[in-house]
Amino acid sequence: MDKINYADLTWVMISTALVMIMTPTLAFFYGGLVRKKNVLSVLMQCMVILCIISIQWILFGYSLAFGPDKGGIIGGLEWLGLRGVGMAPNDTYMNTVPHQLFMAFQMMFAVITPALIIGAFVERIKFTGFILFVILWATLVYDPLAHWVWAKDGWLNSLGALDFAGGTVIHLNAGISALIFVLLLGKRHGIEHPSSPHNLPFSVLGAGFLWFGWFGFNAGSAGAANTVAVSAFINTNTAAAAAGLTWMVMDKLVNRVPTMLGVITGLVAGLVAVTPASGYVTPLSAMAIGALASLLCFLFVSKIKGLLGYDDSLDVFGVHGIGGIVGALATGLFASKAINPAGNDGLLYGNPHQLWVQFLTVIVAIAFSAVMTLVLFKIVDAVIGLRVEIKEEHIGLDLTQQHETGYTLYD
Amino acid sequence: MKYVIAIIRPHRLEEVMQELDNSEIYLRTVSEVLGCGRQKGVTEVYRGVKEVGNLLRKVKLEIAVNDAFLEPTIQAIIKGAKEGDIGDGKIFVLNLEECIRIRTSERGGEAIG
Repeated sequence: MDKINYADLTWVMISTALVMIMTPTLAFFYGGLVRKKNVLSVLMQCMVILCIISIQWILFGYSLAFGPDKGGIIGGLEWLGLRGVGMAPNDTYMNTVPHQLFMAFQMMFAVITPALIIGAFVERIKFTGFILFVILWATLVYDPLAHWVWAKDGWLNSLGALDFAGGTVIHLNAGISALIFVLLLGKRHGIEHPSSPHNLPFSVLGAGFLWFGWFGFNAGSAGAANTVAVSAFINTNTAAAAAGLTWMVMDKLVNRVPTMLGVITGLVAGLVAVTPASGYVTPLSAMAIGALASLLCFLFVSKIKGLLGYDDSLDVFGVHGIGGIVGALATGLFASKAINPAGNDGLLYGNPHQLWVQFLTVIVAIAFSAVMTLVLFKIVDAVIGLRVEIKEEHIGLDLTQQHETGYTLYD
Repeated sequence: MKYVIAIIRPHRLEEVMQELDNSEIYLRTVSEVLGCGRQKGVTEVYRGVKEVGNLLRKVKLEIAVNDAFLEPTIQAIIKGAKEGDIGDGKIFVLNLEECIRIRTSERGGEAIG
């Protein structure tokens, strides 16, 4: 036990709590954007994912993702129920904090990833089908991909892919799954009359706390109270700021008015994009990454999405998918060993090979996530069904799936 | 002059407004209301306690029209709001005594349009 560094332990434990709050926070970010007859359904889905994955991760999820490697593809079952995962640090993963703390930190990432997908299928998803899909998706999509990218002997990790805090495993993965899911699920009824968010202040509150929680997400991924953590902390803040401003300016230039929804959408895009790069780049690079991601997400969400005609209701693909791709590739451009000797140099620092590795990782993640989501969707849709009846959709998911209402008209 | 009050399903409001626009009836007041008719109410459950017969969300439209516009208004509302099931709502037509435009003090049919 003398290997434990208690400063590291303290920082990672605080970071774990910071990442945990991001899921209820995401619930409010998404909840504010839907119509009021569906607000509770979104909050419910987020909170239930927090419960389900917390259990799944301890029972077998952590073992599949980080357990003893089987051919670079998946972790073994040796760590089922945290057998052998105790208070002694693991030599490979965050080797100055208890192994169980690393497990808990990773648990919160496993929780928020499926929660991100919720934004795509809101207002029409059947709750029972949703639960089965989440369990299968976490087990068969998230856990293997986390193994490939983050486990010591995972095959993408072995190629030298850089993903500091989960740009590929979390955001790109969730974004692609969201896109495939809604292509199969179909549009909401009546979507030709777009409705305004029912409670934008909720969403602003959510975005603010996402930014706050993201310090744990990125700076906590350093795994220690060290200079890389400080670097990731500053980069996180810088990218969010640059991205929020970029979206505001684009709104003003293209739509003639700066909007609150625009600023929060932009800052989230910046946070997404800086995630894989946060521990490897300079603050000025983070500024460029945030601005670039915001610009591309803006163009995609406000211009290109409309031409494609699918209903990714809250732009999970447009923000997390596009932002995730931008972030993964930008890491291959801007990464610098001067910031993090454990990383690598990117194209701008004379190592074009890194950009190629990042590109390969993106392609693999897209293909795996898309195919697996397609298969799981078809299975769950056949067994339980994933879409509510049209009448239930009109009345709203709060009343039909939960027999509750978020708001009363009187009293 | 007539005063038309219609109670409709909330999600049909967009269609009804579209139909009214198509019939060149542009003036309307819309409010959110609670109510129930033959559809009865909904059952809600809070911490295991059932609350039976809670009122349903509906939308109330109020439109003042000159007599010539009454039938087009009724037809537009039906076209937009009808699903053919219990709960589609009702239209009430009342005689309207007077109408005054505040800005100009115009009265009667002049003031409605």
